[in-house]
Amino acid sequence: MAPSLVMYEEEFERISQLLNRLRIDASAKIVFLVDKNGQQIAGAGEIDQVDTTSLASLTAGNVAATDGLAKLIGEKEFSILFHEGRKDNIHISIVGQRLILVLIFDERSSLGLVRLRVRKASGDIERVLSDIEVKSQEVGFDDAESPFAEITDEDIDALFSE
Amino acid sequence: MSFINYAAREINVKIVFYGPGLGGKTTNLQYIYEKSNPQQKGKLISLATETDRTLFFDFLPLDLGSVRGFKTRFHLYTVPGQVFYDASRKLILKGVDGVVFVSDSQEARMDANAESMKNLEDNLEENGFDLKSIPYVLQFNKRDLPTAVPVDQMYRALNFKGEPTFEAIAVQGMGVFETLKAVAKQVLYDLRRR
Repeated sequence: MAPSLVMYEEEFERISQLLNRLRIDASAKIVFLVDKNGQQIAGAGEIDQVDTTSLASLTAGNVAATDGLAKLIGEKEFSILFHEGRKDNIHISIVGQRLILVLIFDERSSLGLVRLRVRKASGDIERVLSDIEVKSQEVGFDDAESPFAEITDEDIDALFSE
Repeated sequence: MSFINYAAREINVKIVFYGPGLGGKTTNLQYIYEKSNPQQKGKLISLATETDRTLFFDFLPLDLGSVRGFKTRFHLYTVPGQVFYDASRKLILKGVDGVVFVSDSQEARMDANAESMKNLEDNLEENGFDLKSIPYVLQFNKRDLPTAVPVDQMYRALNFKGEPTFEAIAVQGMGVFETLKAVAKQVLYDLRRR
């Protein structure tokens, strides 16, 4: 089982910058990074126009179902999914085996351009991802800064006090 | 697999409601959705068939407030209970942090409960988890039905490690938040231990 994903300020900044650049390079409306469990990680563009939490969960469900299909026919994975709409299209690709990169784009861009830019950006995102993994192994949950090391019964009860 | 975002100061955890078909998993989520404050909850997504049977999953994001300055976001999922949707169930258990088993109290569903629990154990194992150690809560749903099996009998049949167990009538909301609270607690304690 993969360990928990931990995102630190510095890497979050790096990822946000990469997504922003990808959005401009690919002329996309929205660029969005989700983990395979449906947790939203970062986004760029007109993200306040969509329900990002639902987008994240449905994307992950979609990728999971497609992964299942791939295994059924003896493929390791389908690394790219593309949904074509009347106005907007969604391009979904897997990055570093545990993240999902989502681009929403319209007629101002094209599938070819998106594929090209995504390929380049994926490598950059993968590098940040492996930095995060190294870092979270070094820091771990034993770190004194871990917010949950000293969580008390009262803290938890307070969540349900209403 | 929880996701801790230090940049946004939030923690995301995934809870899955498991159990036999027509046991009330979706009803649990619907009640939580109805009773939560608008600012706490996101959209309830149900991927269901035309006859309202869960096809893939239901999903409800819920903000429970802050712990030590970190926003806690719970992602609640249900699985499709019908036996032949096993491939989908397996997928939904990926990266789970805590499980609620919603059992059906009716006499006629006792075998289905046991079968579903065995299926949960197998599918968890395939995803690298162990039912014995994962945060886990048991719910006896449909306590209001005349055919409901006595609680002690259900307990003997389904409770296997002294896990927190709650009686519920999900359509009326009885026991729903108690169950959620118990599993959330275990998940947060689990984070502390790691």
